[in-house]
Amino acid sequence: MLIPHPLLGLRDAAEFTYLGDAALIERPEGDIENAQDVFHNYLFLRDNPAGEHRELWFHEQGDRSWLVVTRNTVTHEIIKAELARDVAIQKGRST
Amino acid sequence: MSINRLKGGLIDHDAPLNFSFDGKKYEGRAGDTLASALLANGVRLMGRSFKYHRPRGVLSAGSEEPNALVELRTSARKEPNTRATGVELFDGLEAKSQNRVGSLAFDALGVNDLFQRFFAAGFYYKTFMWPAPFWEKVYEPMIRYAAGLGSISFQDDPDLYDKGFLHCDLLIVGAGPAGLAAALTAGRAGARVILAEEDYCLGGRLNAERQPLEDISGPEWVAKTQAELASMDNVRIMARTTIFGAFDHGVYGAVERAADHLGVPAADKPREVLWRIYSKKTLLCSGAIERPIAFEKNDRPGVMLAGAVRAYANRWAATAAEDVVVFTNNDDGHKTAGDLRAKGVNVPAVIDVRQGVSVAGETEILTGATIVDTKGRLGVKSVTVRLADGKTREIPCGAVAVSGGWNPNVGLTCHQNGRPAWNETIQAFGPGERLPVGQSVAGAANGDMSTHAALTGGAQGAVEALEALGISAKPAEVPAAEDAPVSITPYWHVAGAKRAWVDFQNDITVKDVKLAHQEGYRSVELLKRYTTMGMATDQGKTANVTGLAIMAELTGKPIPETGTTLFRPPYTPVAMGALAGRSVGKEFHPTRLTPSHKWAEEQGAAFVEVGNWMRAQYFPRKGETHWRQSVDREVLATRGSVGVCDVTTLGKIDVQGADAATFLNKIYANAFAKLPVGKVRYGLMLREDGIAYDDGTAARLAEDHFVVTTTTANAVLVYRNMEFARQCLYPELDVQLISTTEAWAQYAVAGPNARKLLQKIVDPAFDISNEAFPFMGCGEITVCGGLRARLFRISFSGELAYEIAVPTRYGDALMRRLMAEGKEFDVTPYGTEALGVMRIEKGHAAGAELNGTTTALNLGLGRMVSKKKDCIGNVLSEREGMAAPDGLALVGLRPLSSATIPAGSHLMAATGPIDAKHDQGYVTSAAYSPVLKTGIGLGFLKDGSNRMGETLRAVNPLEGGEVKVEVVSAHFVDPEGGRVRD
Repeated sequence: MLIPHPLLGLRDAAEFTYLGDAALIERPEGDIENAQDVFHNYLFLRDNPAGEHRELWFHEQGDRSWLVVTRNTVTHEIIKAELARDVAIQKGRST
Repeated sequence: MSINRLKGGLIDHDAPLNFSFDGKKYEGRAGDTLASALLANGVRLMGRSFKYHRPRGVLSAGSEEPNALVELRTSARKEPNTRATGVELFDGLEAKSQNRVGSLAFDALGVNDLFQRFFAAGFYYKTFMWPAPFWEKVYEPMIRYAAGLGSISFQDDPDLYDKGFLHCDLLIVGAGPAGLAAALTAGRAGARVILAEEDYCLGGRLNAERQPLEDISGPEWVAKTQAELASMDNVRIMARTTIFGAFDHGVYGAVERAADHLGVPAADKPREVLWRIYSKKTLLCSGAIERPIAFEKNDRPGVMLAGAVRAYANRWAATAAEDVVVFTNNDDGHKTAGDLRAKGVNVPAVIDVRQGVSVAGETEILTGATIVDTKGRLGVKSVTVRLADGKTREIPCGAVAVSGGWNPNVGLTCHQNGRPAWNETIQAFGPGERLPVGQSVAGAANGDMSTHAALTGGAQGAVEALEALGISAKPAEVPAAEDAPVSITPYWHVAGAKRAWVDFQNDITVKDVKLAHQEGYRSVELLKRYTTMGMATDQGKTANVTGLAIMAELTGKPIPETGTTLFRPPYTPVAMGALAGRSVGKEFHPTRLTPSHKWAEEQGAAFVEVGNWMRAQYFPRKGETHWRQSVDREVLATRGSVGVCDVTTLGKIDVQGADAATFLNKIYANAFAKLPVGKVRYGLMLREDGIAYDDGTAARLAEDHFVVTTTTANAVLVYRNMEFARQCLYPELDVQLISTTEAWAQYAVAGPNARKLLQKIVDPAFDISNEAFPFMGCGEITVCGGLRARLFRISFSGELAYEIAVPTRYGDALMRRLMAEGKEFDVTPYGTEALGVMRIEKGHAAGAELNGTTTALNLGLGRMVSKKKDCIGNVLSEREGMAAPDGLALVGLRPLSSATIPAGSHLMAATGPIDAKHDQGYVTSAAYSPVLKTGIGLGFLKDGSNRMGETLRAVNPLEGGEVKVEVVSAHFVDPEGGRVRD
């Protein structure tokens, strides 16, 4: 499998470590109401799509950036790879 | 004497090679395979079948071979289950037949054949059911003895295997007419081409056919083409290379049998190389595989595929017998008859199931006829033919060339879940619509069966593949070649046969397919699993289509509706050695050595593997005969004066930036924001689910600079998680991380004389007195006259202790200096065992306590988890079940006798039953304390903090035995913690 690293180009998947659903970026704040329920959902509940899936890969044997890779779980086609930091900032995590 | 050796062919008649088969000596020729050499020597019998132990000979001339599996070589190089059809003969080759008890001609397990009705499909599930106790004692050992093919040497493979990576624009799989025309086209266009061929010479079927390409022979055209390709720098020709798998995104697996054709590989050269090929486009030119027709006792040695018989005659100048009968349902069978006659082999009859077929020059053609029986115990002696008029005739012969048509070799089209599609014209499955990314198919593999179609299809296929890459190419001009249309009448099996084989390797007959149908296993996937058809080394290359065609006939559905099974990687078996490559023995994983390793070796240390690290476990001295003596001495010496231990393996992460403190506050459960510069704090990390997962220290060297330590085992994981938090959760923070584990050599210097020893090496500019450098202090200093270093006053042992770090390249020198300067204090190096004993004596948690199931509360660190801030794990650490008041708590355990406590024991009440229901907790760590002169332990006990003084039993049902223990504080030594502050 090859992952198109946004900075380094096509890299072999063996250089990466897989984590899981990119929804893990959207960690709730700890001081909200019903924090336990919200955290439970954040940590344990996942969609399991047959098709496009946004997931987190860590370029551990490379530049150590976390990527959000959009991959089709049926065909393994990789549609997009972005720096997870950019995705996090887009999601408003920089405020 | 080679009785069945013909003239001509592509072998070197002047280059004899000696070899042996089952101990008997034979002579072959350079260019022979083991199979062709055996046939030339009149050997038809090459093995015994899997289930019935029936005599078997070679069926094919390629990697699809189901029968002729042999053991090659002897002792450590012995290799079972090798297809004789792919073994390139070399001088001195020793081969043996397999799956027999006694000689090949008399196999004691041949009796299985008499009990064939018990061995039908599903026999395991039916036959060996009763009586129940017989399964383990009788049936299973018996089956295990009888089953399996070949044997292994149980010795280490002496040969070298290697791995490599290749990149190309166009990977061409197969160097037959299609592949060669494609390579010419792509090579001339300047594309980077890899041409892979599993055979040891290029040409594919061109080497096996007699028809010319324009004015030259097939092999001559191959030689000419190969010469041109070899002259191109952009074309890499890889013979003896099998592409065994099509993986994601154009990645292909290949195994190059670099030295399998030699008795012993050249010195330092690999026997096989496993290649990972990154291709932009791939053109599959893998040709076609002929399929047999099932008829009564069609498994006798001498019954072969017609195309193979032709290949043996034309390429290898060998025939299975002097008289060969042809049995066919298509025109291609007649080609074999013609070629055999041209080579001087007698063809007494061509039996064609089709009515009214006439072939120019064919004299003895029996149309509308079938073979209804064969005779000959160890090799076919005659066939019985039922003629069109219903009469039967017995025809003596030594071989039968069978052609049931050709199946495109679509294996690699299926590896990404592609499903072959039925091609009505050729009555076979061709490639389906969904191919692996970047793959296209040309030639016979694509259903284009004539030589002309293969040549033009290959050239055109290359043009189209390159066009997609923006490389313009002109199709190579190809010579005029045979272009006959496929003329075939589907015919799968002769009706009424009692024992007609479909899958030779798994001994599956037409009757087994019928049985599967009768018992409801009608889908092709179920058929495969119930009968085992298509499994084992040949993956049903010659069997699958026939099997499912028979199933289609039984269900009354057309073949395309019946479907087909898919092929998975590997295309042919890949040796474990090739998959392992150089990762064997000590090279299985990298070995990491600590900076003091060389010095420790000089001291005669015993080492222990910790992850990839080699750590000194203990340092035996003269007269010490048991490891405990060394460990006890190291503990007492450290606690009595001073000891030194290499702790470099602990993970070190440098954290810098204006927001470094804020960041650490997020990832540690306890507070870090207000840690002053020059101070160290113990830190506990939680997983987001609230479980404790790592602990260590964070030292603040400057406002914006921390050094975090992790446990040895979690160094990689903690760094990964910290990067996740930095990049994904808190991208706004100004903080940078880098792992510096290998950059610093770090030693623990522990014991009452630790400061005195360090004062001898720390440069005088730095005051490390108790007042200036108190417990949990840290700083950047210099040692030994200007060498930069870091000093942390932290203690895992419970003694006055420091950890001192210097750049790794000075690690060896620093250890030697510490030992030299410490002589006056009788300084003692200690290893991981003493380290472990001292931390248990002190009640410090380590990996056994941070075991992935325990919380801060369990560890007695509940108060550390800050309620004032949001950090990873603190919300879910307060879940109801994890904060139960009677939950497990870390306690100390002391045996009431002189026994030691086995770690892993479970804690039970002093009396009462011992079972899971009465489980009170478990022992995590245990040791002998030389200070207390008793065994001690740490463990988790329900409501443990409130049970001090209670007597329990530590039980070990696994190994037997129990020890009475008293619940005590986990802090066995210096519970007040005065020593660390001295």
